[in-house]
Amino acid sequence: MDQIKLTIDGKAVEVPKGTTIYKAAKTLGIDIPILCYMDLKGLNIENKPGGCRICVVEVEGRRNLASSCSTDVSEGMVVKTSTIRVLNARRTVMELILSDHPKDCLTCAKSGKCDLQDMAIKLGIRNIPGQEFAEMSTYRLDTSPSIIREMDKCIMCRRCETMCNDFQTVGALSAVNRGFMSVVAPAFEMNLEHSPCTYCGQCVAVCPTGALTEVDHTRNVIAALSDPTKTVIVQTAPAVRAALGEEFGLEPGTLVTGKMVTALRTLGFDYVFDTDFAADLTIMEEGSELLGRLGKFLAGDKDVKLPILTSCCPAWVNFFEHNFPDMKDIPSTARSPQQMFGSIAKTYFADKIGVKREDLIVVSIMPCLAKKYECQRDEFSVDGNPDVDFSISTRELGFLIKQANIQFNGLPDEDFDKPMGESTGAAVIFGTTGGVIEAATRTAFELHTGKSLSNVDFKELRGLEGIRHATIDFGGFPLKIGIAHGLGNARKLLEDIKAGRSEFHAIEIMACPGGCIGGGGQPLHHGDSTILKARAKAIYAEDTSKTLRKSHENPYIIKLYEEFLGKPLSEKAHHLLHTHYFDKSKNTFSI
Amino acid sequence: MSSVKIELRKDQIEKIHEICKSFNYEGGELINVLHKCQHEFGYLPAEIQEVVAEQLKLSVAKVYGVVTFYSFFSMIPKGKFPISICTGTACYVRGAENVLAEFKKQLKIEVGETSADGKFSLSCLRCVGACGLAPVVLVGEKTFGRVAPDGVKAILAEFEQ
Repeated sequence: MDQIKLTIDGKAVEVPKGTTIYKAAKTLGIDIPILCYMDLKGLNIENKPGGCRICVVEVEGRRNLASSCSTDVSEGMVVKTSTIRVLNARRTVMELILSDHPKDCLTCAKSGKCDLQDMAIKLGIRNIPGQEFAEMSTYRLDTSPSIIREMDKCIMCRRCETMCNDFQTVGALSAVNRGFMSVVAPAFEMNLEHSPCTYCGQCVAVCPTGALTEVDHTRNVIAALSDPTKTVIVQTAPAVRAALGEEFGLEPGTLVTGKMVTALRTLGFDYVFDTDFAADLTIMEEGSELLGRLGKFLAGDKDVKLPILTSCCPAWVNFFEHNFPDMKDIPSTARSPQQMFGSIAKTYFADKIGVKREDLIVVSIMPCLAKKYECQRDEFSVDGNPDVDFSISTRELGFLIKQANIQFNGLPDEDFDKPMGESTGAAVIFGTTGGVIEAATRTAFELHTGKSLSNVDFKELRGLEGIRHATIDFGGFPLKIGIAHGLGNARKLLEDIKAGRSEFHAIEIMACPGGCIGGGGQPLHHGDSTILKARAKAIYAEDTSKTLRKSHENPYIIKLYEEFLGKPLSEKAHHLLHTHYFDKSKNTFSI
Repeated sequence: MSSVKIELRKDQIEKIHEICKSFNYEGGELINVLHKCQHEFGYLPAEIQEVVAEQLKLSVAKVYGVVTFYSFFSMIPKGKFPISICTGTACYVRGAENVLAEFKKQLKIEVGETSADGKFSLSCLRCVGACGLAPVVLVGEKTFGRVAPDGVKAILAEFEQ
């Protein structure tokens, strides 16, 4: 590869041809300030529209300043990154960006975690000249079940567009209009609800300002907790425990399961349960469904729908309902663990403790924004009463704990309540890409072959590659498994199935990078794959630490079937634990 | 940008398919495809954009983004007699703005809009190369030079019958 020699701030450096000034400076330890630029290295996603001009630098012999994030180095280039001219330009650029930006920082949902705010602090902005004459951005508020668009606060960095289009291939967002009127919006500037948005929340995860935020349900949770007539129970998704600590300054990958349980109990939840219990239940249903379809296939049934696709990721469900409605009979009909939990809580558990359905409030803590939408789907409620009342994100739980003045890092470890707090190692790995299919494999293998697994670690299913595949020996039958995370990768597998090119028997799909550990509701990972890897490691560590690591060995799941559900795929199980899908391709742009 | 809801006929959809095909269904040809479509249909309603997006395998949001970025594209049907007022430098200094204001007043519409009876639509353009005639107004194919605000009524009357 050609090497280019240049000088940055008086220091000589040699970098490969095609390197940007910004990256070349980085190799020298010079951190040029950036705002719109985003480099998600682990995902091979780079956003460099060169639009904000915060990263400008002086290049000798060049008339104007160059945006370092989008200008490639050239031989003999002499770059100065912090001359007075550069500093003045950055300040002016920042003042202009701020001139029409709302000034409600004190109450903004992004306050304290806002890249724009950080940059204003860094550049020492204290006043904005000409503010009194500046026209303010105004744009209607767009509130969907999961995501709020407050486009007054959009600085047109277009990171969201990059995630939505390049990574997820959802195409809900695009820059529209021009000049002062430009915003990022769905087609025809309709609300997100009428776009192909899957609510994966990756746009929220990368938004540098308060322009894209999650719908805040913490108020509803506080109201429920303070209502003496309600019994309030909570379930926590597997990925939450591997990331919540980051909200309190702990290292990524610090497992805080016990502290989280204590914090939730301190907040006043009557029962602290685990979504992992329902994940074990999901494996019982989904695994049985896989074996059922596989059995038919092996018996020569040509019409059997294979591959079976996992269905626990609500953004993925939204994605295929919008984009592949003709394939909606391929995914498993098993509801997601969140919904299985809600359904069992409001029937079996409510009965057990003698509380009426409407007096039981189910709250879920999720790494996900699509879960907010999922729990509001009509098919997941009974007479208007939802199975899961409120879903809040890992970040929102962080806010709640801080508001309650709980000193999280000093909390002792406590255990989940019984019966819906008991889970196996198979359930906790649901939180990372490859985990659901590994959990399903552990159970399906034993049920199919009648043999006991000597080693439950299917390491060939793990990793952070966007698309992975493995073949597992199912007692002589080679079970071909596919795994994708990120909807762009999922789309490739789906196109293969559609074209009849797919050889897989089972495919796991998760919408977010790394699976739920990189969910849109998690502490912001800024695309740093080392953070995702650390979280995945924590998840697998919790799996290894458990005595029971196969879903069908969870004693409370066995009891649930004995006392209530009968068998997997029984009529009752179908009624409470399965669902059906809709063709949403048509109502997307009906205006 | 507001739009009128329409239903495309089968032959119209086929026409869009044909245009997309002539550009090899290449996403990079979006602007050219939209140009052709606008030439064919007069404007680019949401329904046309959806078909184009589907054919070129682009998101509808992206197509809409391009349509709203370039002032040449319109989502509102042009009037039977589209009025274009030159606001290029020469016309501007010779009072094009007052002429434009008078057209807006007479037709009760803004730039980019079409009169309720569908007869006239109003747009601005930059220089038609007839600066000697400034300020210049085009109505349909016809050119009017040295237009003054008090001459606007007469121009409109010419097309009223």
